[in-house]
Amino acid sequence: MKLLTAVVQQHKVDEVRNSLAELGVRGMTIADVQGYGRQRGHTEIYRGAEYEVDVVEKTRIEVLVNDDDADDVLRAVVSSARSGRVGDGKAWVTPVESVVRVRTGETGEQAV
Amino acid sequence: MNSGDTAWVLVCAALVMLMTPGLALFYGGMVRSRGVLNMLMMSLASLGVVGVLWVLYGYSGAFGSDLGGVGLLGSPLEFFGLSRLVGAEDMSDTIPTFAFVAFQAMFAILTVALISGAVADRARFGPWVLFAGLWASLVYFPVAHWVFAFDATDESGEITAVGGWIANRLAAIDFAGGTAVHINAGAAALALVFVLGPRTGWPRGTGKPHNLPLVVLGAGLLWFGWFGFNAGSALTAGTTAAVVFVNTLVGASAAMLAWMLVERLRHGKPTTLGAVSGIVAGLVAITPACSAVTPLGAIAIGALAGAGCALAVELKYRLRFDDSLDVVGVHLVGGLIGTLLVGFFASESAPAGVAGLFYGGGVDQLWRQAVGAVAVFAYSLVLSWLIAWVLQKTIGFRLDERDEHVGIDETEHAEAGYHFGDAGSTLRKSAAGERGSVEELEGSVR
Repeated sequence: MKLLTAVVQQHKVDEVRNSLAELGVRGMTIADVQGYGRQRGHTEIYRGAEYEVDVVEKTRIEVLVNDDDADDVLRAVVSSARSGRVGDGKAWVTPVESVVRVRTGETGEQAV
Repeated sequence: MNSGDTAWVLVCAALVMLMTPGLALFYGGMVRSRGVLNMLMMSLASLGVVGVLWVLYGYSGAFGSDLGGVGLLGSPLEFFGLSRLVGAEDMSDTIPTFAFVAFQAMFAILTVALISGAVADRARFGPWVLFAGLWASLVYFPVAHWVFAFDATDESGEITAVGGWIANRLAAIDFAGGTAVHINAGAAALALVFVLGPRTGWPRGTGKPHNLPLVVLGAGLLWFGWFGFNAGSALTAGTTAAVVFVNTLVGASAAMLAWMLVERLRHGKPTTLGAVSGIVAGLVAITPACSAVTPLGAIAIGALAGAGCALAVELKYRLRFDDSLDVVGVHLVGGLIGTLLVGFFASESAPAGVAGLFYGGGVDQLWRQAVGAVAVFAYSLVLSWLIAWVLQKTIGFRLDERDEHVGIDETEHAEAGYHFGDAGSTLRKSAAGERGSVEELEGSVR
């Protein structure tokens, strides 16, 4: 089992969800996050006082997938989240040792 | 009695009343989220304290018979409690004196509330309430007498009751309170900043406005109420009120455009906070002038105030004083601009009927405006400084640093402005008693 984590632009979330739905992915976790990569932040101005905002708002999507599906899911996320401009984010895959479905107690691939 | 005039003034009084909660939202949105309630409460406290004092002796101090005939203070005891004015026969021109009492009460309340923007996040609430009462008594009521109390005359023109020195002897034009309200509050704000000092960590660590839509809502309520403030000051529903109404609209409009233009040129973007700040700066500046200028004059005054105040609010960073929400930069500077520009833009075709420098009147009106402005500024600065200094030395005005870090809403009011989720809090005590019995109560409800 793998955990796919993607940090993407907020306005790309719906596209990512749709592309994963086409692959049959049925669940995911979505969170508003703040951070920065190479893009860094932006400037805000309040009555002439300029603030450098070091972090930018992004959305983190986490999806548990079976090993065989991991590459397809990763490709789908990357292609749907890409605008081609700086700040599109990152996606990565990590191995997962165990998964339990809380309601039924099922484990492993059954629970994904 | 003229029922049209009376209706107009009473409605205007209500409009002006709405300015104080409007101001609370305007200021509240500009502070960090953990200080929003304290910011609102400082305005609400003014409604409480000054409302009561106005009825007790404030109206009398401002509009009672002059003590000594020199125009400095009305007799505070003449109309103490206002009982003497309750009768239906007590009139002020075409309206019941009580309508005028109500209208002017709102001015006193708003002026005190205006000051609070300078001390966001660092004034203890109790001392602020005390300051509000003392400042109204020692500064606002006398200054209102100087500016707003006109001599009463009989049919032959003989003076039957002496009014304030600025309105009558000096004959400076201040239609709705450029000196009495805005220069007065701005000078007091400056004095408070000197006594209380900057917020801990200012200017780096004091935060951005937490809710600009709230600021826009507040500014909208202010502009709405300001029509009552200015047009109501005509005290009659007629031409003067109508001209003043239009000038109030267009002065603020021009100021908003000017502020945005300055921002666009200096910082590259017109901002929301800049637009609403421009509105308020224009309203401040047109307030003393709105009966003395034509709509073109109002546009000029608004534009100059919008640009002038946009530049002025950045001065605090250069001069190193933490006027948190720019009461000095907007109200003191805007009030000075409007009061002085009357001397230039006053037109004989406007209701006040005086010609300024640009309309062939020479400098006569200009020096009158300048003397009135400087006198109110100096009096308010010194008295406000003294009141704040005494409070600081006796009961302590400034919030201590630890409480400032925790957040003034929590330490002064035991509340939070916003709750996003209920995790981590448990009802400890209620009308049902301590915790155990509350749980039993919940059980029985289910």
